Amino acid sequence: MSTNDNHAHPHPVEPILPPMHAQDPVPPHGDHGDGHGHGDHHAEHGGGDHGHDGHGPTSFWSKYVFSVDHKIIAMQYLFTGMLMALIGGFTVYVFRMQQAFPDAHIPGFGVVSPDQYNMLVTSHGTIMIFWVAMPVLIAAFGNFLIPLMIGCDDMVFPRLNRLSYQIFLLSAIILVASFFVKGGAFGGAWTSYPPLSAKGAYNTTSLGSSMWVVAVALEFVAFLMGGINFVTTAMNSRAPGMKLFDIPIVVWFIVIASIMFMASVGPLFAGAVMLLFDQQLGTAFFDPVRGGDPVLWQHLFWFFGHPEVYVVLLPAMGIVAEIMTTFSRKKLFGYKTVLFTAVATGIIGFFVWAHHQFIAGIDPRMASLFTVTTLIISVPIAEMMFVYIATLYGGSITLTVPMLWALSFVAEFLIGGVTGIFLGAAGADIYFHDTYFVLAHFHYTFFPIAIIGTFAALTYWFPKMFGRLMNETWGKIHFWITIICFNGIFIPLFLTGAAGDHRRIYNYKLFPEQMHPELQDLRVMATVFLVIMLATQVIFLYNFFSSMTRGKKADANPWKANTLEWVAPSPPPHGNFAEMPNVYRGPYEYGTPGRADDYYPQNIPPGAG
Amino acid sequence: MKPIATTRTVIGMSTGKLAVWWVIASEIVIFGGVLASYIMHRIGHPEWADQAAYTNTWAGAFNTLVLLTSSLSAVLAHQAAERKEGKKAARYLYLTCVGAAMFLVVKSIEWSTEIHHGFTLQSGGFWSFYYLAAGIHGVHVIAGAILMIWIAQYAKKNEELQRVEYIGLYWHFVDLVWIFLFPLLYIAK
Amino acid sequence: MSDHDHAHAEHPHTNYVGVWAVLVALLVVSVVGPMLGHPVITMITAFGIACVKAYLVVTKFMHVNLEPKLVTYFVATCLGFMLLFFAGVGPDVLKHEGTNWNNVAAKAATARGMAEHEAAKAAGEHH
Repeated sequence: MSTNDNHAHPHPVEPILPPMHAQDPVPPHGDHGDGHGHGDHHAEHGGGDHGHDGHGPTSFWSKYVFSVDHKIIAMQYLFTGMLMALIGGFTVYVFRMQQAFPDAHIPGFGVVSPDQYNMLVTSHGTIMIFWVAMPVLIAAFGNFLIPLMIGCDDMVFPRLNRLSYQIFLLSAIILVASFFVKGGAFGGAWTSYPPLSAKGAYNTTSLGSSMWVVAVALEFVAFLMGGINFVTTAMNSRAPGMKLFDIPIVVWFIVIASIMFMASVGPLFAGAVMLLFDQQLGTAFFDPVRGGDPVLWQHLFWFFGHPEVYVVLLPAMGIVAEIMTTFSRKKLFGYKTVLFTAVATGIIGFFVWAHHQFIAGIDPRMASLFTVTTLIISVPIAEMMFVYIATLYGGSITLTVPMLWALSFVAEFLIGGVTGIFLGAAGADIYFHDTYFVLAHFHYTFFPIAIIGTFAALTYWFPKMFGRLMNETWGKIHFWITIICFNGIFIPLFLTGAAGDHRRIYNYKLFPEQMHPELQDLRVMATVFLVIMLATQVIFLYNFFSSMTRGKKADANPWKANTLEWVAPSPPPHGNFAEMPNVYRGPYEYGTPGRADDYYPQNIPPGAG
Repeated sequence: MKPIATTRTVIGMSTGKLAVWWVIASEIVIFGGVLASYIMHRIGHPEWADQAAYTNTWAGAFNTLVLLTSSLSAVLAHQAAERKEGKKAARYLYLTCVGAAMFLVVKSIEWSTEIHHGFTLQSGGFWSFYYLAAGIHGVHVIAGAILMIWIAQYAKKNEELQRVEYIGLYWHFVDLVWIFLFPLLYIAK
Repeated sequence: MSDHDHAHAEHPHTNYVGVWAVLVALLVVSVVGPMLGHPVITMITAFGIACVKAYLVVTKFMHVNLEPKLVTYFVATCLGFMLLFFAGVGPDVLKHEGTNWNNVAAKAATARGMAEHEAAKAAGEHH
């Protein structure tokens, strides 16, 4: 009943199993002998391990710093990501101010030099994608939710999990350290095209460039390790009775995202080594004069870079699905449809990468091919959005703060997706490439993913993580101001981009034919909305941190949702569940006829609730 | 103490083995990226044949033989582990490490000779790829050997014997990469 | 300890040494191949044999055919992605010209190299 394979299943599912206790020092089935896999080669028997009496770590260091508990590791990723977001936010404040008031003295920074401008835009892109979106959406929520939602007590490889965070932290430290070395941080854009990125003579940041490459490579290693944990745990450690189609969509999506990451990052990792060698060891991988090819880097980068956007999109969409079902009290309109579409999107996502290179000098026949695939991929994603909207139809909708964020995700992402169609057509892209139109497009996709998705998830799972509720009123104020400002930033940029404003130019006075002084008002408007939006985040930070200790206490299931994480106490203790749950139904059984409650948690035996 | 999560096997395959296959899948695309890049350049630059002529085919062939034999000892270690013969498994693992060491020694001699003749990492397109590809492969050989020694410490006490299979799978993958590197760098001249 | 093996009994007794012998024989053939001097034969022996060897290692040593099919599919998918990468990038990197474009630097490098090669051959040196 639980799996389709023919092998004898170690946990034959009966309606009520003898409870498995997290605190049992020896699992009741005897020594299974399943190891941690070859990756778990840190033979640490000291701090961080579960005590012999199963009560878990006790000292501050083993509980919070060197923890192997997935929930603590999730928090570590979350707070590191939030801290990096502050840095990423600061960089954008400075360079947007430079755009609005060229050559002015920016409060909190000073006058922006051309080199610094490049470093700021590079750092912003790099940090927001690799050190904010990925750690928060995938590592933090993946770590926190997956074991809870599939009904087990931790990840399959807790020590590998801890190691992945430590490597991630190291990568963050190296990146931030690059700001302070001789020459400063790398300024060749987050896409790091050679020869600019390869030759110190061109980029003037010889040390910073290599630190950037090393930091990114280490981040990849951390997420490869994390991904193995997520995928293996979700595949193998599900609660008895949880069939494949009973898995909550967010778990599926984080798993698919991890698989996509693991399948796409390899060539770029190879490319990063090649770039590092070109930078420091005088090799010629990307030097055309000596037999190399800069276009190869572009392909290596974007072969990963495009699947990467779906790697971050899918977890956000999963989060939105969980919230929309809970607050419309309705099952997901087409669970299997959404799932298979996500898989299809993932696969097609590997066939579109060169649409980032339409005017880089690639073969025009390939450009035609990639135009077709790019336009095709808009279909499944749009279809998933429509399924989400259909989920709302006939539902009993409550507009809580998480629901507001989830709904805004759909609305804003649709705008982003639609504008992508213009860019996906190679002919139109000849005009649009490198303009602010591209930038507005990807912010209308990335902002919903990284920012709206994060706020949705944080406000939704905050009670589970911290045992208290966030303040709804301040949450709504924060939501509305942020959303209005977000649109206020990027609609002007669509307009300036369509009028021809180019990206990554520190001061248009250097390119008189591009000055377009009539657009300056729009540039200023974007900046003003940005500053307001950044300032508004103080509301969220205050709400978030003060609610942790002073918010209204939450019980285990304040939203009356069905998935297993709401069975565990808020916050869950070490081991998550007093008794490991069994699963009897899918994750979105709302409004079941004949039940007093309008929800039907996955773990309640039939006829018992 | 292992979490309960580690002991479940819903898909019918042990968690550790599943994890190793995932590692192998991601390594395929890493090496694939390196090799695909090399092949494209090599085909596009027929003049690299002059440089490629200087690689030592006999050293490459000998190293291939060494790695194939070490794969044999790795799978024999796995067989011993399945029969709960921990000490024997450990011995076969050590034998595999000897193969790894031999491989690295031959490689060092090969490389020092080539560097002595002036063929360094910076000597141009072919040599950059040659040292890069074999170098990344060599790093994996070293990592594998270290892991094998560590796993053998448990195996000889008949503990965690399933790990012998896992490291064996990884080692076979390292061998597979070389099976393709050998013709690319030493035969296709 | 046999619990974790519930997915499969001990792997069927393959003659591992026998497989190894075949692998070594194939290695010998691939080394001898270039000595026959024919480029096409060299390619077949070198890469064709590499594929055969790979198949033997994956099935006989790694027992992939005894694992759940999922494993084969994912590994095959990753290999497929590498072919995709090659197909997508080859037209730009492998070739040095196309519709409306020319890789001048690469062509110059190749021309230089071929000129040196011809000069070396003319001077009577054989590699």
